[in-house]
Amino acid sequence: MDITVNILLTIATAATPLLIAAIGELVVERSGVLNLGVEGMMIMGAVGGFGASYLTGSPWIGLLAAIAMGAVFSLLFAVMTLSLATNQVATGLSLTLLGLGLSGMMGTSFVGQPGERLPNIDIPGLTSIPVIGRLLFGQDPIFYISIALTAAVMWFLFKTRTGLTLRSIGDSHTSAHALGIKVIRYRYLAVIFGGACAGLAGGHLSLVYTPQWVENMSAGRGWIALALVVFASWRPWRVLAGAYIFGAVWIGQLHAQAFGIPVPSQFLSSLPYLATVVVLVLISRNKRLTMMNTPASLGQPFVPDR
Amino acid sequence: MSANQDGTNLLEVRGLTKIFGTLTACDHIDLDIARGEIQALLGENGAGKSTLVKMLFGSLEPNAGEIFWNGQAVRISSPGVAKKLGIGMVFQHFSLFEALTAAENIALSLDDGSPISSIAAKARALSFSYGLPLDPESLVGDLSVGERQRIEIIRCLLQTPQLIILDEPTSVLTPQEADKLFETLERLRSEGKSILYISHRLEEVKRICDRATVLRHGKVVGHCNPREETASSLARMMVGNEVQAVVRAPVEGIATAQPLLEIRNLSRKPATPFSIPLKGINLNVRAGEVIGIAGVAGNGQGEFFECVSGEVLQQDAASVRIRGKDAGGLTITGRRLLGAAFVPEERLGHGAAPRMKLSENLLLSRHATDGKAFVGTGGMVKSAAIYAAAQRIIEAMDVRKSAPDPEAAALSGGNLQKFIVGRELDRRPSVLVVNQPTWGVDAGAAAHIRQALIELSRSGSAVLVISQDLDELFEISDAIAVMHNGVLSKPMPIAEATFEKVGLLMGGAEPGHAEHTLETA
Repeated sequence: MDITVNILLTIATAATPLLIAAIGELVVERSGVLNLGVEGMMIMGAVGGFGASYLTGSPWIGLLAAIAMGAVFSLLFAVMTLSLATNQVATGLSLTLLGLGLSGMMGTSFVGQPGERLPNIDIPGLTSIPVIGRLLFGQDPIFYISIALTAAVMWFLFKTRTGLTLRSIGDSHTSAHALGIKVIRYRYLAVIFGGACAGLAGGHLSLVYTPQWVENMSAGRGWIALALVVFASWRPWRVLAGAYIFGAVWIGQLHAQAFGIPVPSQFLSSLPYLATVVVLVLISRNKRLTMMNTPASLGQPFVPDR
Repeated sequence: MSANQDGTNLLEVRGLTKIFGTLTACDHIDLDIARGEIQALLGENGAGKSTLVKMLFGSLEPNAGEIFWNGQAVRISSPGVAKKLGIGMVFQHFSLFEALTAAENIALSLDDGSPISSIAAKARALSFSYGLPLDPESLVGDLSVGERQRIEIIRCLLQTPQLIILDEPTSVLTPQEADKLFETLERLRSEGKSILYISHRLEEVKRICDRATVLRHGKVVGHCNPREETASSLARMMVGNEVQAVVRAPVEGIATAQPLLEIRNLSRKPATPFSIPLKGINLNVRAGEVIGIAGVAGNGQGEFFECVSGEVLQQDAASVRIRGKDAGGLTITGRRLLGAAFVPEERLGHGAAPRMKLSENLLLSRHATDGKAFVGTGGMVKSAAIYAAAQRIIEAMDVRKSAPDPEAAALSGGNLQKFIVGRELDRRPSVLVVNQPTWGVDAGAAAHIRQALIELSRSGSAVLVISQDLDELFEISDAIAVMHNGVLSKPMPIAEATFEKVGLLMGGAEPGHAEHTLETA
């Protein structure tokens, strides 16, 4: 029984950073901006979070620093693509490259230093319930944030006027501009929110997942988060499902490799990607829903003609 | 507003100027709009009407000039400012969001913070009270042009503006829908609201407008009372010279001519929950004739066009035959290679790729049929050849533009339409299918396009025109069929057709379709 619970716990831990980064990117893309710099913002969050935690001794300050780092780094992207109308794909890619290099440089003195893990939050009474107690009520704080964030983004996008406005900008920025909606301002806020989320996801890596600093420790998770958003056809609950499927198959194949199942390890390592793609493609079969949810102006620079 | 009822005009414009590159779109324009009047803004395509109203609505910033609102100088720096002042606008190129529902589209332009859940009910109530029925839950992407326009109008009315700017509002409405709109406008006028009305339909301008300002080449060339003018005198003011009346020579021996386009028992299931199924459509279009299809927006005309053009393939290859060959299973290119040409309803994004040059747009629809002329060895595009062909079309159709080979999106709606129709006419196709050939096109250009369609048919081609403009269909068609709820009536020879008969069929009053199916089968 304990083994099962432990496996389930590691699944949640593996899925949480993907979920947070993907939810942030989902909001960005819903506003019509394609930020390919998730990986870069994530690793900046990781190094910022670890550094602040290491220097102050408080992982909580580290958590805030990770969020701030991601947000500030995304601001660079926002200024370039929104105010200067540069190509979003190229700018996003260079943001990732910059983030990977910059974080490596900033983190040289942290390599090999022991870090402090964010403590789990136990809720007296609930945590001691067998099996589900530890799963639902004895996790790290970022796990709770990730679930609350998903619910909040769902509510924001589909139940609030501001969310509707954001979606409309993603559908047609020219129409939105014609209605007097401040397209650029909304997109700035969306990009910064996405950056803060990516930073938080990075903070999860260096403060919870493996509380230490290793260069390149995001290991492609930012790219997986980006892919999740597309395969989930820009729907928050599908991002949640995708992140957990990925996490589950990822952990599952690690255990399978450990047991020595006679299947090539390369195949097992590719399983999480395959499984996630297959499941998300299957649930996105409804073309009409996909058409409704795809931001039509995604990736197009917006320059209001005056 | 009562504090301001001191004789000043609601809106005064002095010396408003807008320059794009080398083109002066608006050149020192003066305009006064009084309270409670419907003023018409007339002018050809490219005369500067759209530019002027965009400046009034804050979408464009003038280079020079002043705007006074209730006697106060104002700077309308954004559409938000215009809305706060009390200026509402119904756009010609719709500013709707296709992936959102009608209710959500309406909600977006209301800033009063009312909950989204209540807007659907509000929109439904308002749409019925103004006689513009609307399903708030439907997705805009699934709606016809006419239905989309209803959303635009309702969206504008819900904001209770003082000045309403309507850019070509009736171009996609049926006579009955237009009548309803005029009632609405008259009601708004009696409530003391002012309306700036842009239209190419001079008859309706005469009918509802109190005053008219005429623009030509970016300048105000005159004011008049449209009620005291005739349609042709108004047209003369706009164009600067006489508009040629469309001439349709009667044709002999059509009954024995070869049918070039045959539709046989064409049916189609609805593609989306909101679209119309087509039910057993039969139609022959013979060499030398123009057949018009009338109908209220959203009765299956769009679905029918998609089937005929090959955007949607048919199960039964014989249900669409072009020049005697089964074409139901062929793609658009396959059907073009048989000698057919198609002009869809939507100009931007369907008829033309907005961010591509005109010459490149020319290649898009003609790379297969004119491959030898436009594409060289190894698939290299012959830029000089497509440029020359584009210039030939631009000249033949009198397309007004600001650059030698501009992007499609840079043209005004009417000018782009002239180019798209000209692109297909230039091929001399033996079958031409056109959906809404002159929507939003001014009188002079519309006459030009209509005459070109008639001439194409008289040179031995079959021409099928789908239109919501009954005047147009009566002007150019040799026979008119009516589409209602996915069923096509038997074509009525023009000599027998009257507005009343066609109007009844458009409303679905005459259930005589079954008889027709038997006859042609």
